[in-house]
Amino acid sequence: MRLGSLIRIVQLGLKSLMLHKMRSALTMLGIIFGVCSVIAMLAIGEGASYEAQEAIKKLGSSNIIIRSVKPPSDNKAATAGRSYVAEYGLTYADLGRLDTIPGIKRVLPVRIIRDEIRFNAMVQQGQVIGTRPLYAGMSGVELVRGRFLTDLDEARQNNVCVLTLNLAANLFPYQDPLEQEVRVGPDYFTVVGLLREKSTIEKRPQAGPVEGQPLDNNIYVPLSTARARIGETIIRRGAGTYEAEKVELHQLTVQFHSDDAVLVAVPQIRALLLRFHPKPDFEIIVPLELLIQREQTKRVFNIVLGSIAAISLLVGGIGIMNIMLATVTERTREIGIRRALGARRRDITTQFLVETVVLSIGGGLIGVVVGVATPLVVSALTDMKTIITPLSVVVAFGISGAVGIVFGLYPARRAASLDPIEALRHE
Amino acid sequence: MLTEPIIRIEKLEKTYHLGEVEVRALRGVDLSITRGEYVAIMGASGSGKSTLLNVLGCLDRPTAGKFFLGGEDVAAMDDDALSAFRGRTLGFVFQSYNLIHQLTVIENIHVPLFYKGRDLAACLDHCESLARLVGLGDRLDHRPKQLSGGQQQRVAIARALVNDPLLILADEPTGNLDSKTGVEILDLFDQLNASGKTIVLVTHGDEVAGRAQRVLHMKDGVVDREVTRARRASRAMEPAIA
Repeated sequence: MRLGSLIRIVQLGLKSLMLHKMRSALTMLGIIFGVCSVIAMLAIGEGASYEAQEAIKKLGSSNIIIRSVKPPSDNKAATAGRSYVAEYGLTYADLGRLDTIPGIKRVLPVRIIRDEIRFNAMVQQGQVIGTRPLYAGMSGVELVRGRFLTDLDEARQNNVCVLTLNLAANLFPYQDPLEQEVRVGPDYFTVVGLLREKSTIEKRPQAGPVEGQPLDNNIYVPLSTARARIGETIIRRGAGTYEAEKVELHQLTVQFHSDDAVLVAVPQIRALLLRFHPKPDFEIIVPLELLIQREQTKRVFNIVLGSIAAISLLVGGIGIMNIMLATVTERTREIGIRRALGARRRDITTQFLVETVVLSIGGGLIGVVVGVATPLVVSALTDMKTIITPLSVVVAFGISGAVGIVFGLYPARRAASLDPIEALRHE
Repeated sequence: MLTEPIIRIEKLEKTYHLGEVEVRALRGVDLSITRGEYVAIMGASGSGKSTLLNVLGCLDRPTAGKFFLGGEDVAAMDDDALSAFRGRTLGFVFQSYNLIHQLTVIENIHVPLFYKGRDLAACLDHCESLARLVGLGDRLDHRPKQLSGGQQQRVAIARALVNDPLLILADEPTGNLDSKTGVEILDLFDQLNASGKTIVLVTHGDEVAGRAQRVLHMKDGVVDREVTRARRASRAMEPAIA
């Protein structure tokens, strides 16, 4: 019986709204845009932070990266003295010292040297990466052909190397690169494998002449071989310049047993290294910290977007209230007639409330459709990633319904409180 | 046959407060109307006849005095009870028809039943038979704006009959109509009265009041003069209408 009367009143409300299609549609617009902007904004925001998060996650949240950094004071010294050798960065000794820190699972040392890589007449600028077999497991690489470096290569200082697909394609336009020998400086290395780099963020070249060059022209050689063949002092000669620097290790990737150990160990590592590095010639990159920071940034971002969207919903609600107040005035006579014919106050309240709720929920539904479509269109037209969270859809829709009730209540109560006699006389 | 009066009013008073000014619209009205009567209330504007009609219609509450309608004490009812009571016992016919313009003829007739919780589908036959009674059987799906004034008033009369009320209250029902259509509407009232409906009608016109058995003349908030007629005039005309 109660349900039946509710259905009848909903039908009545729909009928009145259909009578003024244009007005109803315009009234709904506010809610449509509000709901649409909530969903679309959150989807775009979510998508934007997702990619950055994924990149950080690829580094592994239980990893940290310690990187050699050229101290700023050395730049001046290099131009002042001709025979000056800039000596900085992480050392093999540091590698040994890290063993004293608890919670560390393994440490991967890496040397990165910019050089020319040659095969016959082909020359490519690239990075020579001296590292250990661990690299394949700790950095995101995908072995395509052959094998990666082995412990035996490392122990015997074998002249073997693995190339990235990109470098191999440039150096070997016609031949099969496997078992061929490439030259770096005076040394020859036998190609034993090909791989594809998946994450490149930690291999980004440091500031300097190499900046902006392709990141995947890499040749991987055993660390011991690199040390023996190329040495630790790198000399670069340019037009009228001479630059020498001695760096033992460019990068240490430290893997911990668990995420929890990371935040504890980082200050210890920093303190340990600072004791042996008076100059600030290293930096510690903690993906977990970046991740936490990103989360916080994202939260602020979401709050800002959410507030903007909430305001537009509020404006939509006020729009509805305005129209409903006008409607109540316009329909005063009708209210009087209905009251005279037996409608109770609450019947009138319900009637008008149903109209606003139908408006706001109808607007909400359309808003959800448009709001879900907008990010999809944005994704299709641009390469921006968007993620529609079900929560945002539920929240936006819920709020639109609530807006209808909150802003509909006042006009509805006003309609119901009209004196039937006055209402009947109203022109 | 003597019956319990369906309206019993004793020393009814109604006072309005318009700002500082106190307006005593009704100053002790005594009135009793029995089932089947046709009563006209006349009077100059300001005489209190509209106020009396509002009170009779349970739209307004008296300030003092007693008002029993159908044996129930209206003055004691709260707003919700009063609304339901209106829907159950009264039929209204207004000067300006007061149809709901977005509803069709049949839906307008149905409105009082809507508030008694009855679906149109369930009482369609009843509503249709009333539409036929007032001569609008072929216009069920028209909207009020598509109808002439006389036709709209017929819809209003059908609506007033739909809940089988104790009393039909008519406020200047012919005021907006030309004389020919007015006569038709008044004939319809005669017909309803002849079939046993109790009618209270407020009017300015002697012509209109002439149809009633009793004419109450209001003056300064009291019933000043009462004229009772024989039923013969309306009876005599009846065959001609039908």
